[in-house]
Amino acid sequence: MTTTKRTAKGTNPKRPTRFGNRQQLQQLLAFAGLVVIFGFFSLASPYFLDWANVKGILLATAVTGIMALGATFVIATGGIDLSVGTGMTLCSVMTGVFLANLGLPLVVGVLGGLAVGALIGLLNGLNVSYLRLPPFIATLAMMMVAQGLSLVISGTKPIYFSDVAGFDQLAAGELIPGLPNAVLIFFVAAAIAAVVLSKTLTGRYALSIGSNEEATAISGVDVRRWKVVIYVVAGLFTGLAGVVMASRLNSAQPGLGLGYELEAIAAVVIGGTSLRGGKATILGTVIGALIMATLTNGLRIMSIPQEWQKVAVGIVIVLAVYADILRRGKDA
Amino acid sequence: MNVNSTKRRRFAAVAAATTSVVAMLALAACGSGGSGGGETGAGDKPYVALVSKGFQHQFWQAVKQGADDAAAELDVEVTFEGPETETEVEKQLTMLQTALDKNPDAIGYAALDSEASIPMMTDAESRGIPVIAFDSGVDSEVPVTTVSTDNLAASAEAAKHMAELVGSGKIAIVGHDQTSQTGQQRVEGFTQYILENAPDIEIVDTQYAAGDQLKSADAAKAILQAHPDLKGIYGTNEGSAIGVVKAVQETGKSGKLTVIGFDSGKAQTDAIRDGLMAGAITQDPIKMGYETVKAAVAAINGEELEPVIDSGFYWYDKTNIDDEDIAAVLYE
Repeated sequence: MTTTKRTAKGTNPKRPTRFGNRQQLQQLLAFAGLVVIFGFFSLASPYFLDWANVKGILLATAVTGIMALGATFVIATGGIDLSVGTGMTLCSVMTGVFLANLGLPLVVGVLGGLAVGALIGLLNGLNVSYLRLPPFIATLAMMMVAQGLSLVISGTKPIYFSDVAGFDQLAAGELIPGLPNAVLIFFVAAAIAAVVLSKTLTGRYALSIGSNEEATAISGVDVRRWKVVIYVVAGLFTGLAGVVMASRLNSAQPGLGLGYELEAIAAVVIGGTSLRGGKATILGTVIGALIMATLTNGLRIMSIPQEWQKVAVGIVIVLAVYADILRRGKDA
Repeated sequence: MNVNSTKRRRFAAVAAATTSVVAMLALAACGSGGSGGGETGAGDKPYVALVSKGFQHQFWQAVKQGADDAAAELDVEVTFEGPETETEVEKQLTMLQTALDKNPDAIGYAALDSEASIPMMTDAESRGIPVIAFDSGVDSEVPVTTVSTDNLAASAEAAKHMAELVGSGKIAIVGHDQTSQTGQQRVEGFTQYILENAPDIEIVDTQYAAGDQLKSADAAKAILQAHPDLKGIYGTNEGSAIGVVKAVQETGKSGKLTVIGFDSGKAQTDAIRDGLMAGAITQDPIKMGYETVKAAVAAINGEELEPVIDSGFYWYDKTNIDDEDIAAVLYE
């Protein structure tokens, strides 16, 4: 039974080229989608294709994009992380506590924000691995806990960073002239995520667990421990998103965040990562996040009412995932 | 196997312990925060239950403050609760039901959806519990009075200042909610005024972004991109207005655009002080909370009340932001 599963799932070392082609094709498909959307809006509105606007799209992608990077790891294992949205909020609130309330140095506050993200991931991982809660439930619970704690800790008030010198430059500054740091951080984070997913044990085990958890365990991998590691990695990205969000708004807004997790998950799925696990690419996620932001931006530039914007995004998600299923069907 | 299961148990225990510590922390913080309602109407004091539209938003906290002030002054007991976001109609109805079940002497209610609450309004009436509507009206004969800001007049005032400052040309609106009465009136009063009194001004676009700062910023940027010659933007609540300011900053158009906002909050008052925003309309949330409790007490004592109690609004800008009566109603 186990042997057949292993062969069927495509982890078989005899078919490496086929596997590689498959991923490339998916990325190509998502990228083509992005190009089509870009082309469409460029023709539809004279104001769309303009560096200022592209910068706006990239900036709008940054926060959800960073969250989506983390979510990719969890989804690769066949899990789901619903806590990234409000978890991000908790991280930005805690960054506010560290920097604005306690007056800690900038570096300490930022690392503190990341640490809170890691802690959220650790708890998610422990609950999934050792308490054997389904990921949906474990992270749903964390989503609520994080939302509640954000409100409690902040006293339901935003925390402002006006007195923290340089904090707003984290997102708004331009190390590379013309490119806001928030976007640079997103790209660097994506590069790191890509390396971790494809070149390290964490990434390989994530994909392997997602493709066949039983087989992975039999081959001697401590699946539970590695799942915890994977959730911690996801949490770190949540923390980073929280810090970037706080910096861009120059304040920690305890009421925001709910619903962002769904946008992140949508970006991951559009990028070709399978919700069933075992198949994930970071480039895909980046493209998925860009598609979401480009679509919203373009529709807004065309003054399409917001109600319809959501309909359009929903349809794109269906199309993207259906294209993926069609292609897989041919493959199998 | 034996080793494995002890290990599993140990890790399960660790995870369970960590989770419960977090839960306890949350509870402890809740307790010390002192925001948790208090006792139900068991004592001798009359008990007024307030169900608001929101909770963590600064505006609602200011309403709560006014209600608490009145409670202390008139020696009544007041509880205040509301859903986390202003779209959770169902959750709010549950809160209203719970409030009714506590058998209060009067109820203050800010309906998210006035139609949906009619059965409960009837229930309150049949049990002789007077209902005071606040913030927005309820389509029902039951409420003895409505304490609210005249949103049409308030947004017309915003339009008047926009017209004076801009003179002529294109302007746009970033709204916060196209489904609630308040959200609609904030746009309607503004649009109406411009149509009737400022023929040289054209409203080229109205986009809604749920009062989310990031999304409002992205929406405003898209509008700016599509209309490079735009001369002014009006944001219909705190989140929308701050988002507009963010967009103007990020596109480097500070000072070239007239931004008018609504409500307050530190980010908005800072923007007005720094000249990024021309001015804003503030409601008087403290008075709203105060008048609601005062009307409730009057209703309990069987006094006659006016059908509508206006809780007032003010225009504020750089010149009067520090005036005593303005500063008193602005919240951080």
